[in-house]
Amino acid sequence: MAEAFGHNVLELADPEATIDSIANGMRAEARAFRRKGAVLGLSGGIDSSVVAALAARAFGPGNVLGVLMPEADSSDDTLMLSRLAAESQGIETALEEITPILDAAGCYRRRDEAFKRVIPAYGPGWKAKIVLPSVLESDAYRIFSVVAQGPDGTTVKERLPLEEYLQVVAATNFKQRTRKMLEYYHADRLNYVVLGTPNRLEYDQGFFVKNGDGSADIKPIAHLYKSQVYQLAAALGVPAEISSRPPTTDTYSMPQSQEEFYFSLPYHSMDLCLYAVDNGVLAADVAKALELTEEQVERVFKDIAAKRRVSQYLHAVPVTLAEGDA
Amino acid sequence: MAVRVETIDTEVRHFLAENFILDDDGAGLAADASLTQAGVLDSMGVLELIMFIEQQYGLTIPDEDTLPENLDSVARIVAYVSGRLGVESSG
Repeated sequence: MAEAFGHNVLELADPEATIDSIANGMRAEARAFRRKGAVLGLSGGIDSSVVAALAARAFGPGNVLGVLMPEADSSDDTLMLSRLAAESQGIETALEEITPILDAAGCYRRRDEAFKRVIPAYGPGWKAKIVLPSVLESDAYRIFSVVAQGPDGTTVKERLPLEEYLQVVAATNFKQRTRKMLEYYHADRLNYVVLGTPNRLEYDQGFFVKNGDGSADIKPIAHLYKSQVYQLAAALGVPAEISSRPPTTDTYSMPQSQEEFYFSLPYHSMDLCLYAVDNGVLAADVAKALELTEEQVERVFKDIAAKRRVSQYLHAVPVTLAEGDA
Repeated sequence: MAVRVETIDTEVRHFLAENFILDDDGAGLAADASLTQAGVLDSMGVLELIMFIEQQYGLTIPDEDTLPENLDSVARIVAYVSGRLGVESSG
């Protein structure tokens, strides 16, 4: 009898061999670019911590720079976990507080203006995040709402109209783009490559900002499911404080899970659904493995397809038009 | 002001054609064709459609109504708007 479909399909047969293969690949690509080391942004999350460890293997810890770029809305533990990731691999860090740059660019002001149009009471002392409804609960379109909390603890939730949604996202994207600008500053001064840190789920589903965290010279883990990134973390000695922390966007002033902001399900379930879509596994078999209904899994499949359509723009390289093409 | 179902149909098709770049002012769009599957409506497109309906017809669409069964084809949009406005077809 065939083995039931489950998480075992994502297990790396030999994590050490995967690490060696990625490290060799990074070294070869950097050499082709005539760059002798690597820069990456450290967020305190699992992906950047694993990429830092892989880079240390590829280039030697002395040829890797981790850039720490907290801002006003970062979690209290972001900096501590980022430093921990760097220290565990013996790599150097540079601290770049980006709040003044974001302030000067109007990031917070522009975002807050949009929030205030939706929630008139919103103002100083308020915290907010944007959230999506669960794909599991209904067939409703996934439309963003703003959840805001006043200084007295009162919580308000309102649907974000198109204009306000676009303004909030556009303003918030200053964060990822500012960070990438600083990573390239350090890469240029050191003659290093910039490493991107998306895993397969993020890369495939467009969970990145174009010309922000989506920009890089090498994306060493973009072919690995998030579950596999955790496997590498264990093999690479990434500290438990980092690998046990639930993934977060660390972008809005209220804590926001990646499921609230983007994905339909927690990462280990999303990984399995993505694998199923790419390998023709039936929704019924996925439903059994995840203890969901077939209908719920079909909805997740549809959400994956919809995000792939939207992410085509994010992945597109600039278009050039030769005379006569138009 | 009295609104006719036929007028809503024309206005919805015109909106879809203008915003999602369809040929022939949307006339060739099958009434029951899924706008999502046709690649017309994505997550942003749904927000644009909701804004259009709310502004054009003075309606507020509650979250529980933001369903494919109300918005995923021309026929469904027209039926939903007509139902909310209490409009009947002139036959």
